[in-house]
Amino acid sequence: MSLTIKAGSRLYGATSTTELIVVKTPSAELDLTIGGQPALLDASGRTGATDIAEGHGGGAAMGKRYVDSSGGVELLCTKAGEGLPAVAGEVLQLKDAKPLPASD
Amino acid sequence: MHLASLVEMVESGFDERVLLGSVTAPVTGTDFGRMVRSGASTLPGYTSLVYAGENHPLLPVALFSAAWAGIPFVPVNYRLEDAHLISLINRQPGALVLADEHTAARLGGIAEPVQLFDEWLVNLPAEAPAIDPPFDDDEIAVVLYTSGTTSEPKAALLRHRHLMAYLLGSVEFGGAGEDEAVLVSVPPYHVAGVANMLSNTFSGRRLVYLRHFEATTWLNTVRAEAVTHAMVVPTMLARIVEALEGADAGVPSLRSLSYGGSKVSERVLTSALLAFPNTGFVNAYGLTETASTIAVLGPDDHRAAISSDDPAIKRRLSSAGQVLPTIEVEIRDDMEQLVAAGETGMIYLRGEQISGEYASGSVLDSDGWFCTRDRGSLDAEGYLFIEGRADDTIIRGGENIAPAEIETVLLAHPAVQEACVVGIPDDVWGQRIVSAVVLRPGQTVDVEALRDYVRHELRGSKTPDTIVFRDSLPHTDTGKMLRRVVLTELTQSLGQS
Repeated sequence: MSLTIKAGSRLYGATSTTELIVVKTPSAELDLTIGGQPALLDASGRTGATDIAEGHGGGAAMGKRYVDSSGGVELLCTKAGEGLPAVAGEVLQLKDAKPLPASD
Repeated sequence: MHLASLVEMVESGFDERVLLGSVTAPVTGTDFGRMVRSGASTLPGYTSLVYAGENHPLLPVALFSAAWAGIPFVPVNYRLEDAHLISLINRQPGALVLADEHTAARLGGIAEPVQLFDEWLVNLPAEAPAIDPPFDDDEIAVVLYTSGTTSEPKAALLRHRHLMAYLLGSVEFGGAGEDEAVLVSVPPYHVAGVANMLSNTFSGRRLVYLRHFEATTWLNTVRAEAVTHAMVVPTMLARIVEALEGADAGVPSLRSLSYGGSKVSERVLTSALLAFPNTGFVNAYGLTETASTIAVLGPDDHRAAISSDDPAIKRRLSSAGQVLPTIEVEIRDDMEQLVAAGETGMIYLRGEQISGEYASGSVLDSDGWFCTRDRGSLDAEGYLFIEGRADDTIIRGGENIAPAEIETVLLAHPAVQEACVVGIPDDVWGQRIVSAVVLRPGQTVDVEALRDYVRHELRGSKTPDTIVFRDSLPHTDTGKMLRRVVLTELTQSLGQS
């Protein structure tokens, strides 16, 4: 099931506290899941269930960025949660980023 | 991405975290989001939000309210004389002007509505009608007037995509510890003031404001608010060092002190490193047109330079460090060809955060490169050395001479407090080199002795033809030397030969 998204769209885990924001996406329609469940565009759709599909858990960390193997999709985690994001079944990988010293 | 997204990220990630205000009057991410949404609800119908005033503890509410409402935030220099300030504001027809009390009293002549920022904040509607923020990141987020040290102020345009590219490329969202606080003393109309608001909000670091800079207040506030990070311009660093009179700064909470905005004197930096023995120093280089910092000399670089015996590493203390991983840099000669490492030329930059755009149009070339009009060089490992504005270059007898090189030598003389080197018209040489020098209190030195000193360090063609002593030199209030003013004064008083 695909969602209509763009840079800046908010994504909520249906079965975890994970929240993400879309940094970039190669297309407006994307099959996005969090914890293996379809990602929500609105937090009000959360039911309180906590099931995480196998291989889709382990925790998304606040401030970290998650990318697909092509590098076209990039999501930023704004609230930590058990569920990891995936696109068309491919669990996104943590993007390596070297923090720079604070300059301002 | 759009700055309005940052508001939503703050509400999601920092709902309970204190982002603004003092220890006694904290504003959490949830409070902040509510104030911004409410602030934006007062803005429909306006074409921009002008801020004319000193720093304010809640200044970021103004910037983000404008972003949420989809209009540019335009902080203007309230220290300009009335006519000049009013003419800048008049360049923003249809704006809402938020001002501090002192500045508002000076704005009688403008057509746009003026409100006191404090009153605007008090009157924010409790039940704000929801606005759907326009998420077009190609819209203009911030308009900044360049300081105009070499020409008339230009309106630089920073779009949402430039500012977000800077944040995403150099700051980690939520990367600050909950105990961290940054003290902001650069004014709101300086690009560093805008960058302060954005990068600290993005990293989740509490913003503490000085309404205006004063060295003792700065030191006391660092102690009272347990400040961990601060950014100053070199003039402020000089005043802090002066106020300490050689004593330890006594600010154990301060982990990081960043300086930038103009060239720092080696003497000030060395004194500062001694006064702040447990603080990491960061030198940042950037321009208004590059959406703030594009090169950083970090604490490790500072330590390496100080402790090294290798002259190539030692001299990096006077560099701007290496460019951010998201930025490309090239040094080109007058024919726009790349120069070798160590050679001086014009600094060109490219990257997603580089705006290079004014109200009058973009100056990026067709490949997206921005000519900074700063001259500089890169060493073998990519450390960037800034030599000053190309427009300040003196051409004497066909030879290009960077005033900064001569100024650095003059400043290293124990009797010299300040120096400004300019080229004034000369029938024989095209330009001749004149230096205005301010001596340190209680010091004297002979003009010829000072000329000999420069000749010994550099060479004859780079020795000032004339040196004059002055009681002070004119600066912008963020510490940039007003060379135009010095040049005009010296040309008039010394005349053409």
